[in-house]
Amino acid sequence: MEQQRSFAFDENNERLFQDTLKRYPTKMAALLPTLWLAMGQNGHLTNEILEYVAGRLALSPVHVYAVAEFYTMFHTEPVGRYHLQLCRNLSCTLCGSEDLLAHLASHHRVFPGEITRDGVFSLELVECLGSCGTAPVMRVNDVYCESLTIEKLDRIIEGCRAGVDPEEEPMEIH
Amino acid sequence: MSKKIISVNFDKPSANKLSVYEELGGYRSIGKLFRMNPSEVIEEVKKSGLRGRGGAGFSAGMKWSFVPKEMNRPKYLCVNADEGEPGTFKDRKILVLDPHRLIEGIIICCWAVGIHAAYVYVRGEYDTPIRKLQEAIDEAYAKGYLGKHIFGSGFDLNVYVHRGAGAYICGEETGLIESLEGKKGQPRPKPPYPAVIGLFGCPTVVNNVETLSALPFIINEGWEAYAALGTEKSKGTMLFSVSGMVERPGVYEEVFGVNLWEFIERVTGGVKGGRRLKAVIPGGSSSPILTADEARAVSIDYESIAAAGSMVGSGAIIVLSEDDCIVKALRVISRFYAHESCGQCPPCREGTFWLVRLAERLENGEGRPGDLDLILDLCSNMMGTTVCVLSDAMALPARSYVQKFREEFERHIVDKRCPFSPAPNGVRAG
Repeated sequence: MEQQRSFAFDENNERLFQDTLKRYPTKMAALLPTLWLAMGQNGHLTNEILEYVAGRLALSPVHVYAVAEFYTMFHTEPVGRYHLQLCRNLSCTLCGSEDLLAHLASHHRVFPGEITRDGVFSLELVECLGSCGTAPVMRVNDVYCESLTIEKLDRIIEGCRAGVDPEEEPMEIH
Repeated sequence: MSKKIISVNFDKPSANKLSVYEELGGYRSIGKLFRMNPSEVIEEVKKSGLRGRGGAGFSAGMKWSFVPKEMNRPKYLCVNADEGEPGTFKDRKILVLDPHRLIEGIIICCWAVGIHAAYVYVRGEYDTPIRKLQEAIDEAYAKGYLGKHIFGSGFDLNVYVHRGAGAYICGEETGLIESLEGKKGQPRPKPPYPAVIGLFGCPTVVNNVETLSALPFIINEGWEAYAALGTEKSKGTMLFSVSGMVERPGVYEEVFGVNLWEFIERVTGGVKGGRRLKAVIPGGSSSPILTADEARAVSIDYESIAAAGSMVGSGAIIVLSEDDCIVKALRVISRFYAHESCGQCPPCREGTFWLVRLAERLENGEGRPGDLDLILDLCSNMMGTTVCVLSDAMALPARSYVQKFREEFERHIVDKRCPFSPAPNGVRAG
């Protein structure tokens, strides 16, 4: 069996971690930023990483685990190379997000809560992303893809398959 | 009557850059600010009538005045940028297009209350807004507008961006504080209010992004100029996020007191595709719905919308057309509240769960004759029985949907199907 390499912050994250600690009067307050750093380095948060974070912040592992589980953006399971977050709230639903969901399933075989077999996509249905004026909206990793249509969705999915990240459009003034 | 106070720079290219913001008159209020006593600033904001724009609509100046004047403990400002109320997308605009206005507002608040550290809690999904805000903060530090002896005044102020991680409840002010302290965002019982015991056990002000962004105008132009706008109890302007079935959705600033539907028609061009108006949700998904007739009769201000049985909330207006199903709307929003319930209070945790079950079966044509009264009964048990208002924020709109559109709900039961769309097939949302 391959030996498990234990997790530790890389040099850059170690520096960012030290900066983070300076911003708060308690170590516990640095928990969310520290989890962000750890997830950025590894892609998702394993039990080993949660224990590492707990150790660095002098917190109990169970506290760190409970916090990681509470927030939907902290992934304790792996996600695809492109993690799709499709909004299912009211304005997006009114503007057709359920059609996009059905299309992702029927045409691209991308299903909520699953990673595609090639590991390229995972899909999560999320609540309001705060971009209702350009509904329907989907976040692709950290990029907002707005005013989606079936055609636009197809272009994004095909782009991702070819390794081209979608680009965020400039914000409208209204 | 349209006047731009908060969105005045939205159409100015690169207004997020410090040099451009200053050319446009930015940071002009600070010179005047440091010539005023902190208590004078609080009075000025009180008299302006500015109310919190996060949803509750509480007087901003009053909120500040509850913070003890003692100096032996640190005090904190938490800027609520955890914009999550469904339908709301105004703070994102401010953070991206005009972040220095927020920073200027933060300086004003901190001087007034005697605060030396502010945390801007931005929702985790807002990568671009976080980046734009951080760039603006870095510029402000570099120019001596933040940090030590800001503007050469002897006043120290640090501003930190704190990234959330996906939880609507962290927009509730004590949920936000808990989250900032590194815990689950479960709201605290009140009292004590954050003004007395808040972040790290210290006196804390929690203000919304838009509330703070109104402050530079109030300091520059004086409270009279702000209070001259609007109605008796609703002063100034507000950013309205208009979405749903309208031709041109977007964020539009308006002075309080105009007719709700006339405003929507004027700025957005009316209902999409020439459809007929069915209903308007005036203040985010937590606000009771207004029928088309009600929306045409009411004006947008705190007192008029309250008299109509709803609320201004976060100014998130969602428009539903004749083709949109009200039962589906209930299913979608109840699923949201069930997902976002923090789980500490049973009436909320269980109530939201059962509302989803009821709405789903109604929409699927499996509703039973007593279901509507069951929803109303459930709602009454969810109101006023929990630590925070998330439970009420579900029960109030749910009750209004059933009461105002009872016929449509009953049709789902009698016809055993949704009259607006074929039964959902294929993938069901978890």
